[in-house]
Amino acid sequence: MLAIATLKLNELLAHFGYILSILMFMFGIMMMGRVKTAKNGNRLAALAMLLAVVAQLVQMGKINPLWIVIGLVIGGLIGAVASIKVQMTQMPEMVALFNGSGGLASALVAIAAYAYGGIPPQPLNRALIGGASGDVNGLAVMLSILIGCVTFTGSIIAFLKLSEKMSGKPILLPGRHALNILLAVLVSVFTALGVWVLGGGAGLALLVLVALIALALGVTLVIPIGGGDMPVVISLLNSYSGLAAAMAGFALNSQVLIVSGSLVGAAGLILTQIMCKAMNRSLANVMFGGFGAEQTSGGGKSEYKNVKSADPETAAMLMADAQTMVVVPGYGMAVAQAQHAIRELAKILEAKGCNVRYAIHPVAGRMPGHMNVLLAEANVPYEQLFEMDQINDDFKNTDVVLVIGANDTVNPAAKTDKTSPLYGMPVLNVEEAKAVFTIKRSLGSGFAGVKNELFECPNNYMVYGDARKVVEEIIKALKEG
Amino acid sequence: MTGEVLMGFYTFVLACVAGFQLINKVPPTLHTPLMSGANAISGITILGALVVAGGTGGLAAHVIGMLAVLFATVNVVGGFMVTERMLKMFGSKK
Repeated sequence: MLAIATLKLNELLAHFGYILSILMFMFGIMMMGRVKTAKNGNRLAALAMLLAVVAQLVQMGKINPLWIVIGLVIGGLIGAVASIKVQMTQMPEMVALFNGSGGLASALVAIAAYAYGGIPPQPLNRALIGGASGDVNGLAVMLSILIGCVTFTGSIIAFLKLSEKMSGKPILLPGRHALNILLAVLVSVFTALGVWVLGGGAGLALLVLVALIALALGVTLVIPIGGGDMPVVISLLNSYSGLAAAMAGFALNSQVLIVSGSLVGAAGLILTQIMCKAMNRSLANVMFGGFGAEQTSGGGKSEYKNVKSADPETAAMLMADAQTMVVVPGYGMAVAQAQHAIRELAKILEAKGCNVRYAIHPVAGRMPGHMNVLLAEANVPYEQLFEMDQINDDFKNTDVVLVIGANDTVNPAAKTDKTSPLYGMPVLNVEEAKAVFTIKRSLGSGFAGVKNELFECPNNYMVYGDARKVVEEIIKALKEG
Repeated sequence: MTGEVLMGFYTFVLACVAGFQLINKVPPTLHTPLMSGANAISGITILGALVVAGGTGGLAAHVIGMLAVLFATVNVVGGFMVTERMLKMFGSKK
């Protein structure tokens, strides 16, 4: 225990700084949960981070600042430039990259704490105990490295899949379950051994082994997961990176690390749960299901029958007379950057007396709230956005539904076809509307690789083309007509 | 177990509960910014990185620490700035 009387002045000040920053983190996160206070919440959290860094430097006292400054300057520049340059549509993969970066940092901290902490070899119970300052907690070190490395490679794979530098389809290695189990067993054994040995060359070798296996594990765990499930994965990895930081906190006996890390760990876990619930699937199913990949038939274009199509002018004609319209956006809207065009279309229709609303499926896009962010960018009023539960019973009273770049989230097969991999996932009841226009480039399957029965519904019309161009043509037709 | 580690566990458990409570009821609009903001906070590991980089472990420790500071800073600066950008859009609506 810390005896306050023995603390030097700078340490005392630092601890007050830490406590204040923890409070600010908590209030910051709380404020980020409300639309009105979110912006200030984020700033408060950023300020808390600055305060924590300053407090840490104060606590350390006289140090050689060279290496710290190099890291801060280069890292700050990379982070700033990346966050300014990134397109709104690419936000999910950017968050994945930042997340991986944080995980790697935690792993590096733990490795250094282990290698240079001056820990003598000690038996298991001693290792678990940790001890006076200068010593590190063996188990925490190993866990921090393990979780940090899994977060790092997992996030990189998530980034590659989301940015479509790698196929979004699930990649199933032969015997992947056996491989994952083998890696998990190996990593557990080496972690236990590492805790046992702790210190000296043998310990360092074990630690490197754990790091390497964890890096591989991050790849093998994420690579079989389809792109459609990436939101869940990012959220989970976000939770992991918090845990890794908390473990680093245990290793270094830093309360502020433990608190902030576990706050983030809890946040990521809650979000992950919300998303899994929305898809009516368990987390285990997302992680180990290889969603949509088992299914080999039922996908291809050739199997569609009686699909109707319409040109933008026809769509415009029907919309011009509509009293109510619901827009159902999906990832395709993000790719085509169609949100501004949609907003313009909505304005024109509203001027004609049409009630325009937006139906947001919980897993539309590539991360939770992805569609909300894009629509907000286009100045769509917040009140026009409706969650699935709020609007799903209303589709039957809707004149026109515009499905733009959404696919799996509007597939009626999820409700009726027990053999469909989507079966059980709540979907938007768009087919109940009087008319549905689905803007899509082709009849190709969605991220889940599943045939969409909506396209064969008698009241559905496919409007082929790039989402933004099609909407712009509809606008043009409306203005001329 | 010594007091410090035990206290750490208490802190850990309490902070987890606090985290669950803080994030319980959030409108979906804010899920992405919240995830991004929380992600920036996970860069708190930068404190550990500072200890290593400014410590007395020798050249190799300095280099590892410097890299850790670098990656953690990317996480922190990038995370908060990206969140700010996202939230700005919510504010601009009339």
